Formats: sequence, structure tokens, C-alpha cells
Amino acid sequence: MTSVPASATPSGLDMSPSQKYSLGLGPAFWLPIIWMGALLITVVLADILPIHDPTESDFTALKARPGFEFWLGTDVLGRDIFSRVIHGARISLTVGFFAPVFGMIIGLFFGMLAGYYRGALESTIVSITDIILAFPNIVLAMCILFFAGATMINLIIVLSITSIPANTRIARASTLVFAGREFVMAARSQGASNLRILWHEILPNIVLPQLAYILSFMSIVIMIEGSLAFLGVGIPPPTPTLGGMIAQGFPDINTDPHITFLPALILFLTVLSLNLIGDQLRKKFTVRESAL
Amino acid sequence: MLNYIRRKLIHLIPITFAVTALSFFFIDLLPGDVADAIAGVGTDSTVIDEKAVQAIREDLGLDQPIIVRYFSWLGNAFSGELGKSYQTGQRVSDAIALRLPVTLQLLVMAQFLAVMFAIPAGILAAYRAGKVTDQIVTTFTFAFLAAPSFIIAIILAFIFAVILNWFPATGYVPFLDDPLGNLRSFTLPALALALIEWPILSRVLRNDLIETLQEDFISLAKAKGLSNAYILLRHALRPSSFTLITIVGIQLGNLISGAVIVESIFALPGIGSLLVDSIHGREILMVQGIIVLMAIAYVTINLAVDILYGALDPRIRR
Repeated sequence: MTSVPASATPSGLDMSPSQKYSLGLGPAFWLPIIWMGALLITVVLADILPIHDPTESDFTALKARPGFEFWLGTDVLGRDIFSRVIHGARISLTVGFFAPVFGMIIGLFFGMLAGYYRGALESTIVSITDIILAFPNIVLAMCILFFAGATMINLIIVLSITSIPANTRIARASTLVFAGREFVMAARSQGASNLRILWHEILPNIVLPQLAYILSFMSIVIMIEGSLAFLGVGIPPPTPTLGGMIAQGFPDINTDPHITFLPALILFLTVLSLNLIGDQLRKKFTVRESAL
Repeated sequence: MLNYIRRKLIHLIPITFAVTALSFFFIDLLPGDVADAIAGVGTDSTVIDEKAVQAIREDLGLDQPIIVRYFSWLGNAFSGELGKSYQTGQRVSDAIALRLPVTLQLLVMAQFLAVMFAIPAGILAAYRAGKVTDQIVTTFTFAFLAAPSFIIAIILAFIFAVILNWFPATGYVPFLDDPLGNLRSFTLPALALALIEWPILSRVLRNDLIETLQEDFISLAKAKGLSNAYILLRHALRPSSFTLITIVGIQLGNLISGAVIVESIFALPGIGSLLVDSIHGREILMVQGIIVLMAIAYVTINLAVDILYGALDPRIRR
């Protein structure tokens, strides 16, 4: 049996020998960055770009194939897929940005409290995260949207809730590590208050490792948003969403697969890019941590 | 061990209360009057029948304080009485009992397939850790992790049902009517769920195996001249599968989410598609009953996994 290299790190974060010694990031980092950059710019400029209206039907060109007039073709109602994909991606990215950010802020807050004060507060916070985890994330999101209404704000709120438990756990674990370190004891012996220690000593140390995970949360949130829209419980039509477009094209998949697969491809590439970028950054980050 | 189980059970009680309370109070998120909403007022084609609304109000005791309502609902729920659909008259518990076997079969088949993919992939990746084979497996797990379940399901339906025509795209055949047809109708949905599940299992197994392979008893086995395959399967696999077992429990939530989507795509009459249909039909008590069932199932199965884990590994019983 070949010996296992000692450098083998958990969760598939191994580096090939060429990467190990160079600090540069390979194409697995830059290609996703280019994709996300291009998507972001298009999405931000969607309203001023010379593209078709995403909700306007051209009844002379139903289910058109990709071509010169309609770059990615048209859907079953003759609407421009390219323009709908961009507007759909705008919703995905908006939700995919705000929900993880809110989830991270709330998770940091509770995780730091739990890891720093321990005791009854910690067990209460851990129990609350256990309760949220008992509801499968898509089911929780579906039900809250059903009962409270499927609006953008509610979507962001419910998806922030689903990302709180994991964020709290990560923040709690890193707070536990730093709460026992010398510089915290030094600050305490100089008479610093708990609040000051949490804010000035612990938070700056745990916020970067936490940020390393945010891209993964973004990819998860974008997947859930897509699934909800696909099931018809996300933001309702006529607003274009990637999941909604995929669902609408599905009945015609044997004759016009492009209506389904083009939005699916955009969604897949976006989620893959976020995962790849996040993984590379985390890899770089953990390397620096262990070198300290 | 008994002490450990008792501690776990005591932890379960407040969680159960909280989970049921949350499922119950979801209803009060509804804008407007709950009885109106349950009777279907506001949805199209429903005649507003004041008497029906009044009957619902009395049935559910909506004029009572919310705490009283919660405990009477909880008492009924424990005896299997979750209310009925005021649109079709079907009891929620009957609808669930009818649909539950389908979802259970789907979950068991999916979990089985996922483990069948994950074990060889994990062993292969750990055995060749850091080598090309490992990188290929890792790349595959990465691609599958980036694919939402509904996209995997659609691709499977497109390839195997539309192009190759090997399996039916939709439809459900009861096992007792036609066992083979039943397995055929479950193949694509179970495969779709397994494909989103195996990457996580495979990664966990790989990492645990890599650690186990550095232990002294593996060196001893090598020194005895045992073959690589024998060492991997007989010596290393079992002590490396503890995390795998817990992950199977934690992943249940994910799997249920996946089942909701996959059942809808492949038109399997399980709990997941019942939930989606109930949401579209605004069957409020049905939605409530399904959520509470799913949450309780998750909590209970994770308790069982914890106990199993404690039985396998005495160290964590403390």
C-alpha cells in the first residue's frame, strides 16, 4: 500500500505538489472569478443593456432556437431567454447575497455569546439551533413563504434563518478557541469589560474564518432559491426566476430542451463557481493559519 | 449506556415541544382570519359560506387563547388526530398514512444507492490520497455538490426517460400490483436523491479512512503481508465508518428536502408531493400536519443515530 502523505488535510482540500509551493491561484480560481464578475456586471446593468424586455412575448417566435435575434432562444410564451436568465440571476444573486450576510451576522452574534459565556446561555443557543435544524431547509422555507407570503423580503428572511445554525456553530467553535488565548487573558487582567473583549479581541480573530464559509452559504442559498422557484413557491410569475424558467420549460423537454437546460446551466455554473472560489480561498486561508 | 440514553431522551423533550409549537404557530403567520383561510375564502371559485367558517372556528376553538389551543392541538396530534381538509373532507392523518410508504421506500432506496456509490469512491480516494484518482473523485464530488437536486432529476429524466426510454419519467406503480414495475418507477427518483447525497458521504469516509490508515494496527497488518484490499475492507473500513453513520442522520433533513422536489418532478405520490400540492391548494391543516411529522421524524431519527453511535463508540457516552 502506498503511504498516505502527511499533508492530506480534511474535506478534500489536498493540494497537488505544484500548488503546494506556489502562492498563485490556478484557473480553478480565476475562471469562476471571471464568470461571477461577468454575471455580476450584466445583472447590475440589466436595465440599461440593449436586451429584450424579459416579460414581453413575441408570438411570432414561440420556442425559438438560439439565434441572432434571440441569443438563447425564446420560451414557450415567446419571451427572450437571455434577458429572462439575466433578470432571474439578479433575483438569485440578490437573495444569495443578503440572506447569507444576515445569517452570518446573527450567527456570529449568538455563536460568540455561546462560546464566550458558556453555561446555560450556551445550551439555550445550541438548543435553538437544533430546533431550526429539525425543519428541513426547503420545507421550512416553503412553509414560511406559504404562510407569510412569497415576497423578496420574506425570502431573504427565511433563507437567513436557515443559515443561522451552521454560522452559529462555526462562530461558537472559533470563539471557544480564542477565549482561552493569552491576549484575551491579558485584556481581562487590564480590566477590559466582556463586551470590549468580545468586540476588540475575539471578533477580529474569528470574522475572517467565518467569511471563508460565506461563499458556500451563498451557493446553498442560491440552490434553495432555485428549488423554491422551481416548485412554484418562490417569487411568483411574471417575475422571471431561474427555477421558474426551468419548471416552465420542463413539459417541453423532449422537443425544446434548451428552454430548460440553459437556465439550469447558468444556475449550475454560478453555484459551482461560488463553491470553487470559496474552496480555494479557504485553502489559502487554512494554509496561512497553520503557518502561524 | 442507560444513563446516556436517558440523557438523550431528556434533551428530546424540550426540542419536541419547541418543534411542535413552531409548527403550530406557523398558522398564525397567515394574514387575515385563520378560519377564513382554512375554509378557502379568498381563493378563486369558493363561495363564502359564513356557516362553514363559523363551524371551523368552533372546531379549532379559534376563540380560545392561543396557549389553550396549542395544548389541545398537541393532545390531538399525539393521538394521531391532525384535523381534516375542509375542502375535500379527507382527514390529514389518513392522507399522510396513505402517502408515507412511498416516501419511506424512496428514502431507503436513495440512501442505499448513495452508500453504494460513496463506499467505493471513498475507499478509492483514501487509498490513492493526493494522487490523480483521488483528484478525479474529488472533482466529481465537487460537481455533484454544485448541482441542485431538481437539476440532477431533470437531467436523469431527460437522459433515461426521454432519450433512452429505459425508465418511466413519471407515474407510480404500487409494489403489490407489480413489484418489478414498482422498482422501475422508483429507480430514477431514488437515483436523483442518491446523486446529491453520495458526495458528502464519500468525502467523510475518505477523510476518516485517511486517518485510520495511519494507525499502528494498519502498519501491523501490512507487516503481516496482508493484501491491500483485505486491509482496506476488513481492517480499515469499519473503524472509519462512525462519522458516516452520524452523517446519515444529519443528512436526513437534506434528503427530505430533496424528496419534496424529486417526488414532484417524477409524480410520486409521497409526503413531499403532498406537501407541495397542499401548499398550492392552500390546505393549511395538511401543511401543518406534514411539517410537524417531518420535524418529529428528523428529531427522532437523530436521537436513534446518537444512541447507535453511543453503542458503537463507548468514548462518547462520557
